[in-house]
Amino acid sequence: MTDLPPFLVALPLVASVVVLFAGLARSKTGWPIAALAGVAQLGLAGYLAYRVFTAGPISYVVGGFEAFYGIELVIDGLSASVVVLIAAVSLGILAYARTAGPRGNPFYATYLLLVGGLTGVAVTGDVFNMYVFIEISGLTAYALVASGDSGRSAVAALKYLIVGTVGASLYLLGVGYAYIGTGTLNMADLSAMLAEVGYQSTLVQTAFALFAIGLFIKTAVFPLHTWQPEAYAGSPDSVSGFVSALVSTTFAYALIRISLTVFTPDFFAAVDLAQTLLIVGAVVSIVAGSLLAVSQTEIKRMLAYSSVSQFGLVLAGLAVLNQTAMVGATVHLLGHAVMKGGLFLAAGLIATATGAREIHEYEGLSERMPYAAGAFAVLAFAMVGVPPTIGFVGKWYIAFGAVEAQLWPLAAIILASTLLTLAYFARLVERMYFREPAAADDHPEGEATGAQPDAMVADGGRPSLGMYAAVLVAAVLAVVLAPAVVPFEQLLDPTLDILLP
Amino acid sequence: MIDALAAGPVDLLATRSYYAGTALLLGIGAYVMIASPNLVKKVIGMNIFQTGIFLFFIASAYVEGAKSPIVGPKATGPFVSPLPHVLILTAIVVGVSLTAVALGLIVRVYNEYGTLEADVLQEVRSDD
Repeated sequence: MTDLPPFLVALPLVASVVVLFAGLARSKTGWPIAALAGVAQLGLAGYLAYRVFTAGPISYVVGGFEAFYGIELVIDGLSASVVVLIAAVSLGILAYARTAGPRGNPFYATYLLLVGGLTGVAVTGDVFNMYVFIEISGLTAYALVASGDSGRSAVAALKYLIVGTVGASLYLLGVGYAYIGTGTLNMADLSAMLAEVGYQSTLVQTAFALFAIGLFIKTAVFPLHTWQPEAYAGSPDSVSGFVSALVSTTFAYALIRISLTVFTPDFFAAVDLAQTLLIVGAVVSIVAGSLLAVSQTEIKRMLAYSSVSQFGLVLAGLAVLNQTAMVGATVHLLGHAVMKGGLFLAAGLIATATGAREIHEYEGLSERMPYAAGAFAVLAFAMVGVPPTIGFVGKWYIAFGAVEAQLWPLAAIILASTLLTLAYFARLVERMYFREPAAADDHPEGEATGAQPDAMVADGGRPSLGMYAAVLVAAVLAVVLAPAVVPFEQLLDPTLDILLP
Repeated sequence: MIDALAAGPVDLLATRSYYAGTALLLGIGAYVMIASPNLVKKVIGMNIFQTGIFLFFIASAYVEGAKSPIVGPKATGPFVSPLPHVLILTAIVVGVSLTAVALGLIVRVYNEYGTLEADVLQEVRSDD
């Protein structure tokens, strides 16, 4: 028994308030405090993950109530992985944001609030508490998207807000249905009580549908993804890296948690329609997301649609409902965060240095920015799933799981998704390496030129060491993490035995 | 529940009027959000949508002939369920913050583009 779990949420929240108040006294204190909090958070998350992986799940009831009445925090292998991911990625993006902007203490305060909210979603064991954390993450994400200077980011944030609120509201309605059916909000209790009420009950099935659709919207599963491309493309570079890497990831985690812990695989065995809903969502998302990504001309929009397709894959890993595919879903969830976050940061780095935000502007980039282009290419190939990378391992497990479960059409789509991903990344890599730069090169290196009025030009101008470091570390991680998956699978095994018996 | 279903649609509406109200509010809210081109009205639609959910929770807490759940020396049950009230109190706070952020964004959009209509906004932005 340890008293540490609440601090995972409390630390960023308190740090966020400290940033605001310290900012009143001295204006330049935001970044150091945020960085300090990020390091402390990473240490705490790492220690708790170590405890979870060596000694089993940790459960903590807030405020000294009994588990049934009080809010329970539960950390198992899956949530520990997500918590460590959130802490690590947020620290990396902080290094990037120091010069890339947006600057100012309100930004860092909101940033820490978002870290706290996302961590809360990952550790809570109570469905209503999860709603509150979803809304905290949502609100801060809207604010961060709007932190760009242009009108575009405000419009994107408003759209994100309205659609996102509907998603969270549907989730809340699902909580209501589940509560009326069972009289409890605790996840562990709910799973037992829902089984007692009976999986054929309309109330229980509707509750699942509301949970699933609400979180589909939040995760941006096609056709409920409409908020996502504009939100990623319209926000400042650091924010699109952060939001793309963590926000949808955490909501996909929430969907996995609700599906497996609250409703349990027995529910899916009893109600075919529920599994069909997940599979259809996955397939449509994979195909439509890739096709839309191919048709984009703006880099960040293309990366955003790519996320729609990649989250389809994670959803596929969940829908298969066996341990192999679940390992794949978890690995791809974590791997996607590193790869997509890295790609957005690389795109931001390139845009800061050369002003290139459109695909055709990437022609001959490898000569102008060899390191950034190299990192971008590595991350792109990792996302496609070229063998020695984390993207390959995740997709391999998901596809293998689908074959094990004999879901042949799904397995075929998962394999085809690799080709579809290649379709939009290959043309970019080809432009970077095998074409001459455009003749009228009016973007001298090291100068941020606002090619379009809408483009979010970082006020930093020259890319800093921190920006390069964040991008290169992401590229290295995308390769290095791949061999780590085998021990990770063993660590995850006890958790999966509980989730998918 | 079973009795109410057996009693026919009129009685069902009379005994479950709050749930009918919930469905109505959700429908109106969703319609306003989708159909109205005015951004402020979209936010109002979002509020109506959320209010429908609040009503749903509060109605679910109601117990026929029960008292307010205030426990004292003389209080004897039955009480209405206090938990949904607490949940909705939280949800209302969330709703207020969302409205505040949304209105703040709308002010920025208006300052930037000079319009509150979604269709005009699209035209203005495609000209950029």
